[in-house]
Amino acid sequence: MILRGKVWKFGDNISTDLIAPGRYFHLRSDLNELAKHVLEDADAEFAKKAGKGDFVVGGRNFGLGSSREHAPTIIKIAGISCVIAKSFARIFFRNAINIGLPVIECDTDKLAAGDELEIDLEKGVIKDLTSKVQLKFAPLPKAMTQILSDGGLVEHIKKHGDFKIE
Amino acid sequence: MGKTISEKILSEHSGRDLKADDFAIVKVDLCLLQDGTGPLAVRQLEQLGIKEVVNPQGIAVFLDHAAPSPRKELSNDHITLRNFARRTGCYLFDIGEGVCHQVMSEMFTSPGDVLVGADSHTCTGGALGAFATGMGSTDIAVAMGLGKTWFRVPRTIKVVVNGKFRPGVFAKDFMLFLIGTLGAEGATYKAIEFTGEAMESLPMPERLVISNMAVEAGAKAGIFASDKMTKAYLKLHGREDKYKELRSDKDAKYDKEIDIEVDKLVPMVSMPHTVDNTKPVEKAGKVKAHQVFIGSCTNGRIEDLRVVADIWKGKKRDTDTRVIVTPASKDVYLLAAKEGLIETFVEFGATVTTPGCGACVGVHGGILGDGENCIATSNRNFLGRMGNPKGYIYLVSPATAAASAIKGELADPREYF
Ligand code: SF4
Repeated sequence: MILRGKVWKFGDNISTDLIAPGRYFHLRSDLNELAKHVLEDADAEFAKKAGKGDFVVGGRNFGLGSSREHAPTIIKIAGISCVIAKSFARIFFRNAINIGLPVIECDTDKLAAGDELEIDLEKGVIKDLTSKVQLKFAPLPKAMTQILSDGGLVEHIKKHGDFKIE
Repeated sequence: MGKTISEKILSEHSGRDLKADDFAIVKVDLCLLQDGTGPLAVRQLEQLGIKEVVNPQGIAVFLDHAAPSPRKELSNDHITLRNFARRTGCYLFDIGEGVCHQVMSEMFTSPGDVLVGADSHTCTGGALGAFATGMGSTDIAVAMGLGKTWFRVPRTIKVVVNGKFRPGVFAKDFMLFLIGTLGAEGATYKAIEFTGEAMESLPMPERLVISNMAVEAGAKAGIFASDKMTKAYLKLHGREDKYKELRSDKDAKYDKEIDIEVDKLVPMVSMPHTVDNTKPVEKAGKVKAHQVFIGSCTNGRIEDLRVVADIWKGKKRDTDTRVIVTPASKDVYLLAAKEGLIETFVEFGATVTTPGCGACVGVHGGILGDGENCIATSNRNFLGRMGNPKGYIYLVSPATAAASAIKGELADPREYF
């Protein structure tokens, strides 16, 4: 799959409290409404301006903290096609796969805010069309690719009636 | 080759001989849901088209994060969860019964169990020798519906702790120190196993503090071998029949080993806005305490409240510091009342709130004002955590929090010991 969009750049340690703030706890059963506040405390403009297919690009330990799956879910609802970071917190990473949001681990220093990217998920290549930089990333473990390619864990289980991962 | 505790538990629950890095489908004994993540898990189960859960006796639903509910939306989420519990026959812990991890430890979690929870601090159960870890709502929906989940078997970091805690220094200080050393992602994807004489002599309540915060170093699990302390705790809660001997083999393979002497350990604080931003309290400088919060799944147990009451007895809070105490469970609350601790708290000038998460997650019961500091015994100080991105959270032990409430600023508690 080829993804294309613009970079929204964030720093290290973007917690799930920053992605889906506790003060909007009451909106957790209204995800479209909650998505209007996604990453609000890290970048107040993000939710308003992010375009369909754009990328969230973070630093180290993206998504640390609470297990709230609402965090990757509202990033996806906001139209983001993929999250790229130097490293991810475990639960966020797993949740993203489960809800069908691709996640890529690679060095993000060379990706600047506003850059246009083209990403080939299968080949593991990020092309920065603005800076002409090309980056490679390791593919996901097979178990995760299987879930992701079915569109997330719910679809995976519905399709196979059980876990079908190696 | 020998096995770590995680490898043993996961092998037993998958029927395969597993070692670190293997992927496996694993049978789940216990599932936990709370009111922040549970409604989504219930909806995902509906999406899956699954009507029944495999093992209702192994599922516990907690209304603890918004208890009592401060908003109609959350009250409606509570209705969803109450209906779910009623329909499926699983356990429901309604408002006032306590924080999920405390109640799980008291009533359910046993050595050798696989416990998965839609809450990141589910790793608390590792103190009891369970493989316990946090996941998202969809994972828990599937675990409830199929009775199993998938895991990559974690590598294990062995933390060997020797020496003796000095007066005024607690498991919380140790854990803040360790997280500061490892960093917030120092144990990502890994299990941490705690061993050594200082851990073996730690009673269960202190072990629960340590396992609870393992996730703050990124860990999947924070595990203790079961021993006489485990047995004593299970007995205290009428579950001694659940005891099972469980420890890593001598020739188990570890990812790395870290040795720590606690003799020199001093009271620690996590400065805003990351948990690994730790310092000795004595080197933290002047921090005004606008609010002190004593509670949460980390430090709202009876042992914590006793330490606090000992320090507060006969004293008054600083007039500029508001103080909130939230017992972790109904049993803790009752015991605190029986022992006269609640009286001490109220006379000191503290507010005692409903057992549950209280002010920890910024939904209600102690939201910070702009520019305000909270000295808290909870486990996270992320920007915005307590309901206001303009607030500052300092994480400490109950003793340090108690001393700070008297002084009106972050204070070293050792003068009270
Ligand atoms: S007390 Fe705080 S950390 Fe513990 S479960 Fe509740 S919100 Fe989470």
